[in-house]
Amino acid sequence: MRLPCPICGDRDRREFYYQGSAVALSRPAPDADAAVWENYVHLRENQPGDLDELWSHDAGCGAWLVVTRNTVTHAISGAKLASEAAR
Amino acid sequence: MADALTLTATTPCYGLLPKSIGTCDLIETNLGRLTSIAPYKQSALSEALKDAHRLAFPAPNRMTGNDGARAIWFGRDMALLVGPTPDAALAEHAALTDQTDAWACVTLSGEDAAAVLARLVPVDLSAAKFKRGHTARTQLGHLNASITRTEADSYLILVFRSMATTLVHDLVTAMESLAARR
Ligand SMILES: [Zn+2]
Repeated sequence: MRLPCPICGDRDRREFYYQGSAVALSRPAPDADAAVWENYVHLRENQPGDLDELWSHDAGCGAWLVVTRNTVTHAISGAKLASEAAR
Repeated sequence: MADALTLTATTPCYGLLPKSIGTCDLIETNLGRLTSIAPYKQSALSEALKDAHRLAFPAPNRMTGNDGARAIWFGRDMALLVGPTPDAALAEHAALTDQTDAWACVTLSGEDAAAVLARLVPVDLSAAKFKRGHTARTQLGHLNASITRTEADSYLILVFRSMATTLVHDLVTAMESLAARR
């Protein structure tokens, strides 16, 4: 599996560290309801198909990426810098 | 003469290199001063770097300059200044960190150099794809590395200083295994 780093280009999967669903970029407000926080910290959809995920290009440029990966086929349909996705 | 109380500074690959195996040579390279440059604003830093060291700030996956003074792209929004002591003016536009003793720096050269690295590095470093002045932050075996093509058949390789022995071991093993198959 190769991931298209927007900075480095196509790179082998072993250069990256995986951090799961990109839900972490949608952090609730500090005073949000406890149920909202519980959902953010613990609950994931876990549906088959395209999923936005956080990957860190640890052994490359060091950037965090949002990579869209199909969880059934592993097909990668896009990647962007997390700093841009979070805007 | 050094007495028993005199400490002698040694290089990261002291006692490990040089090695000549098959068509390849592996030597330790003294690069002079190493300074990481993390720009606050790349355009301003780039101007200061040109004025002070006649170097362009490198684009991702590229190196600028030559033997005397180089700037090697070193990651997201970062370059490594190789050779000169950084001009004080740079500090206005970037965080400068002295890295001189932090890296083991070696040069792998020879006809089979690309083939040796092909056994260890998950990036295509062959001449067609990776030309002189190209650089990559990637892995060499399990080590995070900076790899730059400095000449037609020559690569500059940097890993953390603490990994010097592993670096030499991995490269020498690949060099031997290629030499044995020639
Ligand atoms: Zn990258």
